[in-house]
Amino acid sequence: MAGTAVRGRLTWQTATVGSVVSETARVRTLSLSVPDWAGHRAGQHVDVRLTAEDGYQAERAYSIASAPGEPLSITVERLDDGEVSPYLTDEARAGDQMEVRGPIGGYFVWDALDGGPLLLLAGGSGIVPLRSMLRHRERLGSTVPVRLLYSSRSWADVIYRSELDQPSDGVAVIHTLTRQQPPGWTGYARRVDQRMISEVAWPVDAGPGAGPGAGPLAYACGPTSFVETVASALVAFGYQTRRIRTERFGASGQ
Amino acid sequence: MEPLENGVLDGNAIGGLMLEVFGTEMTAAVSTCGGCGAISQVAELAVYLPGLGTVVRCRHCDRVLMVFVRARGVTCVDLWGLASLA
Repeated sequence: MAGTAVRGRLTWQTATVGSVVSETARVRTLSLSVPDWAGHRAGQHVDVRLTAEDGYQAERAYSIASAPGEPLSITVERLDDGEVSPYLTDEARAGDQMEVRGPIGGYFVWDALDGGPLLLLAGGSGIVPLRSMLRHRERLGSTVPVRLLYSSRSWADVIYRSELDQPSDGVAVIHTLTRQQPPGWTGYARRVDQRMISEVAWPVDAGPGAGPGAGPLAYACGPTSFVETVASALVAFGYQTRRIRTERFGASGQ
Repeated sequence: MEPLENGVLDGNAIGGLMLEVFGTEMTAAVSTCGGCGAISQVAELAVYLPGLGTVVRCRHCDRVLMVFVRARGVTCVDLWGLASLA
């Protein structure tokens, strides 16, 4: 296929920061007010662009944390050498403005019609788009059964902890804490591996029906190494690649 | 499909860039590698962001499928490595 040159289209919009909520020591959720926001699907992201006084611009993608129908919010983890996240986690205040573009994505999304059962696999801030899916399911009154396997470094690093402590009916949340565990912790305390997947994942034949669209549907999001481990473990467990949707954040923040 | 090394992104990361260039959502679009013929959704391709431009490679044979370079508000798009994108 040939190439071409394209003038940048006017897709950036001004967003105003509303509320700011601390999720962990390194993670905050910002609600963003965007005039004429078209709405989004669960699992999508937005690009955020910051412009310095000298005109230098930096942009990064952030997953949408809120459910479709809820006001737009993003959850951001601070990357110490990041160009955008330290501003969002340390400095942004209510009333501040930035540019956003989106919503973006048509692959890593879940709609109620996609069915399930759902297997959600999160590494660190990879929980964010999966949380949008969980809230979407709850708002719809969906009864699709869900298992969430969530890998964090420690209990203090668990994002949306109070929300995940009280899951909706039909949602099971399984944590693994890879570096540090609270006293008396009886859950998983290692990185996700093949054995953990085989203990946690829905059996391949779970769920109603048969045919190409049947069987459990898996969404894995997190650092690239996490997603690669999880995806290959699911394939080895018998999942079909077309029932595994992945989104990689690159290097982990630590 | 080859596993990606840590730090490498996937096609979800260029959803905004492709939305800008093509005017429509492309992460679920289906690409065919012009080298090995592998068929993948854009979201599954390997994406290398650091450097002057954005390089997108086949997960099966590592062929360069797409290159995006931006200069002075203009994005140059090279799709030479693709057999098709739909």
